[in-house]
Amino acid sequence: MSKDQFNINVGLAEMLKGGVIMDVTNVEEAVIAESAGACAVMALERIPSDIRKDGGIARMSDPKMIQEIQKAVSIPVMAKCRIGHFAEAQVLEALEVDFIDESEVLTPADEHNHVWKHDFKVPFVCGCRNLGEALRRIAEGAALIRTKGEAGSGNIVEAVRHMRTVMNDISRLQTLSREQLVAEAKNMGAPLDLVIQVSESGKLPVPNFAAGGIATPADASLMMQLGAETVFVGSGIFKSEDPEARGKAVVEATTNFKNAGKVLEASKGLKSAMKGLDMSEIPESERLQERGW
Amino acid sequence: MIKVGILELQGDFELHHNILQELGYASFSVKDCTDLENLDGLILPGGESTTMSLLIDSFNLRKSILDFSKENPILGTCAGLILMARAIEDESKVNPLGILDIEVSRNAYGRQIMSRKENITIELDSKTFDMEVTLIRAPKILKINKSINVIAEIDNSPAAVFDGRHMGLSFHPELNGVTFFHEMLFSSSNILNFKNSESINAA
Repeated sequence: MSKDQFNINVGLAEMLKGGVIMDVTNVEEAVIAESAGACAVMALERIPSDIRKDGGIARMSDPKMIQEIQKAVSIPVMAKCRIGHFAEAQVLEALEVDFIDESEVLTPADEHNHVWKHDFKVPFVCGCRNLGEALRRIAEGAALIRTKGEAGSGNIVEAVRHMRTVMNDISRLQTLSREQLVAEAKNMGAPLDLVIQVSESGKLPVPNFAAGGIATPADASLMMQLGAETVFVGSGIFKSEDPEARGKAVVEATTNFKNAGKVLEASKGLKSAMKGLDMSEIPESERLQERGW
Repeated sequence: MIKVGILELQGDFELHHNILQELGYASFSVKDCTDLENLDGLILPGGESTTMSLLIDSFNLRKSILDFSKENPILGTCAGLILMARAIEDESKVNPLGILDIEVSRNAYGRQIMSRKENITIELDSKTFDMEVTLIRAPKILKINKSINVIAEIDNSPAAVFDGRHMGLSFHPELNGVTFFHEMLFSSSNILNFKNSESINAA
């Protein structure tokens, strides 16, 4: 991937800012998401909470299902490949999806290496829990970074932890001298040039979105106020009682995240949110966020 | 100081703020009809036109933007251009504002894999300006009213149009840091022209 191509891919991520990207599993849900105001959809066979429940190996979705969603909506369509599974990524690129999410929600294909995303023309989004992880993914060619949170939990606590960690890491870099940045790059396991870039600019070199556990309009507002530029909502919409109304409410709250009066309006009278899981109910070995290196 | 608002419902509004800052204009966020008061111009940014169209109606902004357009210049880039159109080909998901007398086709340049940079040349006041801009899942302008000026073409289609009051671009100058179009539309002389033509029209 040339520098021009990378900038074009970051360009699409810029267009998604201030919006909501919704997980959908079929044409019907994709159409509901689009008419609720989603700025993009993530097409996948099972949403994270079902993957968690069903167990087994979670793989790239059936391309036919993704293709049907591409035909049904005019907003960008994203799809997930397994961590390190560059052949799945090649298939998704041939399908001309608009973004590939190399995602911890699917079962990893490689326990040491992620996809070398510079080999692709299509943009990639990757999850992170801290700045070092974010910068490793950007070095591999990711055009967009999101927090991992804990997908399918309906619990915002991990997304908050990851966003705060990334933001704290960035602030800390800004206080360090060049020689300290060398040591810090080593500690973080991140390339020095990107560490210096973040220290100078005070932000990630690519857009920074939130994902993993967002279930309410106020959750979206919280993540945006913590520094997210867009939110991904996975199970939170289609595992709730009235997905269309909740989808629209999350979109409106994301646009007006700083305006508590508007978030209040959006929050009123929504039917039940997804039930969700406390982190103590998810054994460490089953936490999706632990996947990725 | 020239005061330009940016419709911040969804999209790449931040990049437009940067361009306005570079030009020394004051930039403001517009999310509500009261935000339009006292502005000299408005930008409809890039992003998703379906999302923006929906939110324009959810937040009752349609009439305010149309009223504003009668007295002030509006610049639309990509999704913003789609929103400014009179008609959209085969499309019911976006309810356009009809500020520019053009018909557009959404995503006509294809999916993200077809997005690209493009060098364009503009001739203005017998001077030539070369610049690089970016097409992201871009719309195509299919038909234009004869009275509308085509400022730039891409693939033999109009890509930048100006009707003497408002400007629509199928590409993103803001992704390449190009200030040309913002300056052309929102410069004090053009805003003065707009106000003068308004008072003549009103008379």
